[in-house]
Amino acid sequence: MVDFHGWDMPLHYGSQIEEHHIVRQAAGMFDVSHMTIVDVTGNQAKDYLRYLLANDVDKLKDKGKALYSGMLNDDGGVVDDLIVYYFDATNYRMVVNSATREKDMNWLLKQTEGFEVTVTERPEFAMIAVQGPEAKAKAAEVFSNAQNEAVAGMKPFFGVQAEDLFIATTGYTGEAGYEIMVPVEKAPDLWQQLLDAGVKPSGLGARDTLRLEAGMNLYGQDMDETISPLEANMGWTITWEPADRNFVGRAALEAQREQGTKKLVGLVMTEKGVLRAGLNVKTAEGEAGIITSGTFSPTLGHAIAMARIPATNSSTVEVEMRKKWVKVEVVKPSFVRNGKSVL
Amino acid sequence: MSTIPNDLRYAASHEWVRPEGDGVFTIGITEHAQDLLGDMVFVDLPDVGDQVNAGDDVAVAESVKAASDVYTPITGEVLAVNEELEDSPELVNSDPYGDGWLFKIKADDVAEVDELLDAEGYAASIEDDE
Repeated sequence: MVDFHGWDMPLHYGSQIEEHHIVRQAAGMFDVSHMTIVDVTGNQAKDYLRYLLANDVDKLKDKGKALYSGMLNDDGGVVDDLIVYYFDATNYRMVVNSATREKDMNWLLKQTEGFEVTVTERPEFAMIAVQGPEAKAKAAEVFSNAQNEAVAGMKPFFGVQAEDLFIATTGYTGEAGYEIMVPVEKAPDLWQQLLDAGVKPSGLGARDTLRLEAGMNLYGQDMDETISPLEANMGWTITWEPADRNFVGRAALEAQREQGTKKLVGLVMTEKGVLRAGLNVKTAEGEAGIITSGTFSPTLGHAIAMARIPATNSSTVEVEMRKKWVKVEVVKPSFVRNGKSVL
Repeated sequence: MSTIPNDLRYAASHEWVRPEGDGVFTIGITEHAQDLLGDMVFVDLPDVGDQVNAGDDVAVAESVKAASDVYTPITGEVLAVNEELEDSPELVNSDPYGDGWLFKIKADDVAEVDELLDAEGYAASIEDDE
């Protein structure tokens, strides 16, 4: 057990690597009740979110559709990354990080100024993520008929309220599955039913290696308030058009885009050893970078990492490992999807 | 509470030593150590024939969490290394005192082992850590 920003959470339930493989090959579940759920409602909910977020909620046309976005400060730094679900133009739900809960809530409330909008935290929900190629089938054994009907044919990155559960086709592993919001008092029962259906509990350790293989950022590690989304492989989450949509951080981002920024890249090392966060990186041009997240990839059987580096013309960089500089390959920061290598 | 077999000797840096006779000693890391490190992903072993001094870092146990130096508690020549660990580093987790051994040393001075901790001493030393 570790203290994870005030939540007692297990690093693993036995073996981190076994839990990782189970999610890639069958079905695992994570207690992610630490995530902060926030509802945004009111006549100007849409206008507020179009101002608050670098991605544009105006893209959301289908009920239940989700969008990943950064929430930036005036300097273009990432206050947090989040998922926002659209129900209608006056009703949205966001899921933000737990580490940043207090800061986020203060920020969200501060930005409401001038908007007719209500921001409501929903601590009465717990959240369980069921992930893996067999996750949906196993969850179906636990869902009621109405819930199964509600999720039938639901595409990735959607969410739906079905009886007492909010079921979303989202996740943090690169596998199919659901993230399920459940009233706190019903969470232990849902966990037990999933367990009985053969879904294996997985801890924070596996959650980290799975998200890293999938090339997903971890807030506080791969980016924070001092880091622009342009330096965090989040350029795709910035919606520049229409150019007259003002959002927090826009002016700073435009200047950064003009100047050019460091990039978050993937690193692959097939020799023995593990790339780890904080290790120094040197480009072929001799410029310095740093590993933001690194691990042994259980799926690939060698080390992978994300690193923030200055622009380079080379397909390799060097990493300082135990006093030696080791040459490693630079790739796009995505390593495994749906159980298979994408290298 | 982890297992600390009575028939072994220990270093406070979490290595165990088993006398095999003829001045040969097998060395590995304790159950407590593997538990602290978590799932092992690589084990870097010394070369057979290396001459090593007690206290030298001669191996690296690299887990999902961290890379940890392993020190030889005995001075002498590396007689053998556990080549199984190349493909199955998890043996250090599943059987730390058996199939998960790391290397064997032919001691220059067998009396060196008497200076190491016994099971009780090692148990006390890890309690102090906690």
